[in-house]
Amino acid sequence: MLKFPKKKKEIYFDHAATTYTDEKVVKKMQTYFTKEYGNPSSLYNKGRITKKAISDSKKTIANLLHTEPTNIIFTSGGTESDNLAIFGIAHAHQLKGKHIITSVIEHHAVSEPLERLKKEGFDITLLKVDKNGLVDVKELVSKIRPDTILISIMHANNEIGTIEPIEEIGRELLKLRKKNKTEFPYFHTDACQSAGYLDLDVEKMHVDLLTLNGSKIYGPKGVGILYIRRGVKIEPLMFGGDQEKKIRPGTENIPAIVGLAHAFELVQKNLEKEAIRLTRLSKYMWKEIEKQIPKVLLNGLSIGDKNRLVNNVNVIFPDIEGEALILYLDEYGIMCSTGSACTSSSLEPSHVLLAIGLPYEYAHGSIRFSLGHCNSKADIDYMMKYLPEIVEKLREMSPTNLGMTKHPKYKK
Amino acid sequence: MVKKSIKKDNLKDPVDIRDTSGGGWLYSDEVRDHFFNPRNFMRYEEEETFKFDAMGRAGSPACGDEMVIWIKVDKKTEKITDVRWRTFGCGSAIASTSALSEMLIRDGGLEIDDALKIRPQDILEELGGLPDRKVHCSVLGDKALQAAVNDYFRNTGQHSRVVVEGSKIVDKEFNITDKDIEEAVLEGIKTVEDLIKKLKVKNINKESILEIEELIKFYSEKYFG
Repeated sequence: MLKFPKKKKEIYFDHAATTYTDEKVVKKMQTYFTKEYGNPSSLYNKGRITKKAISDSKKTIANLLHTEPTNIIFTSGGTESDNLAIFGIAHAHQLKGKHIITSVIEHHAVSEPLERLKKEGFDITLLKVDKNGLVDVKELVSKIRPDTILISIMHANNEIGTIEPIEEIGRELLKLRKKNKTEFPYFHTDACQSAGYLDLDVEKMHVDLLTLNGSKIYGPKGVGILYIRRGVKIEPLMFGGDQEKKIRPGTENIPAIVGLAHAFELVQKNLEKEAIRLTRLSKYMWKEIEKQIPKVLLNGLSIGDKNRLVNNVNVIFPDIEGEALILYLDEYGIMCSTGSACTSSSLEPSHVLLAIGLPYEYAHGSIRFSLGHCNSKADIDYMMKYLPEIVEKLREMSPTNLGMTKHPKYKK
Repeated sequence: MVKKSIKKDNLKDPVDIRDTSGGGWLYSDEVRDHFFNPRNFMRYEEEETFKFDAMGRAGSPACGDEMVIWIKVDKKTEKITDVRWRTFGCGSAIASTSALSEMLIRDGGLEIDDALKIRPQDILEELGGLPDRKVHCSVLGDKALQAAVNDYFRNTGQHSRVVVEGSKIVDKEFNITDKDIEEAVLEGIKTVEDLIKKLKVKNINKESILEIEELIKFYSEKYFG
């Protein structure tokens, strides 16, 4: 029989899915629900107050991104920002060309709009990644054609934490554009996973569009931004009022905007300190898992690698199906996620894990732990009191016994 | 055949894992109970001591589900007197096998012929329903059981009773066999609609559709996965 804790703790290891909203952020937001509820488009003082709240928020965000406030558009979140960037560029510049380059490990908020564009006659090139999930910059450059209008590569991968060489890609693109005397292709990056962990300087990154959202940086859900470089024209997804330069009409979500700006400010301020702490915790977690549980593998780059997000630990537990393990951990109050097929509606395991060459049976047994502000060493110790036994029990129940030697299907 | 009598209309509403409307645990209490307290699975210490008459295997870890069933059979009465299993799969797959194992040996054990009549739907009833997306998890159990029973027939020299894979009738009215489905998949069909067109049948009853869908998926993965 498995042992159960006397007191069930709540341990959240799923910060890459979403984070709680910081109390300080909530406090800042509160006024804008009940007291300062004015429509920013209204001329009287109540409207001017919220208008100022928006412009202050933009200033805060622009400072952190090293750009001008006018280049920031508020949206309803990461998915909308990605959609706006992709459809916006594609539809505004389709006369120039219909070719777009992206990677195989993008978030669905990027890959699904591109699937849609394919149906509209766009040509999409999918870049492969290596066994750690990195795109090859040379290969990317070699795929650029005169009709390439957009390149979209995520800043950091949500499942395995791999950080893509965005700055290097950006530099190469600059050179190429200069040489060819064109402003194309534009460069978009989804930075939802890297905000709070990496410096987001749009000038250093050389990106023309950047997606961010609130719900992964201890801000509110349902709000995001799209950075659009000055002079880059995009088509809106929606039509209505004059808000957000008509690129994103609709009365602004003031509390959420204020919350997002404050949350972003807080995480970027503590970035370096938190990175050191989280690296230490991630290393400790993986060390303990490796020490206490036989037959485990780490997905992605080694923990502590400068190209891996400091809070991501993605582990394969062969012979176990990820959902079963998650449901058991849930009984102990431990929350994490899996790349197994069972959590997707398609019954296919994660496209990211398959893209890095994992055989299906390993992808089914992958678990992602993503650490955050609220986690401490004690949380890991609590989990490690039970995890080895749970894995042992599920393995006993399983007829599968995958060899740890190189699997024939393990490509790299 | 011995079966817990749960009427169809008593089935609890299956809960969708992706349902965002809230509500309790994502599975029924029965599923939860079988998942956290699985019955009759093969423990490590029993591997050497459990004397079985036959074993059967179905699925593969690459497909996300694999199942092995060991059975003890009373040769006179042909009743399944004891059973052990192991399953690689999600909560539903584990609970389905556990439930099946209980059904097999309840009240002194099922006769082999009755055991083979257990359909995925019966396992679903035993479990109080499964989320729609998880129904396929209950299908593998009867495949593993069929394999185990075949193994028993072969071990006891009753080769004529072996049900060879590829000749199982999925839909009685139209005599659709899994062989038909396998061939259709190999010729490129992808959905039930495709199959209906290809076999020129109509109004397939709902219960068969479930199994047909599962077979299409199974063979698609087997050959193109």
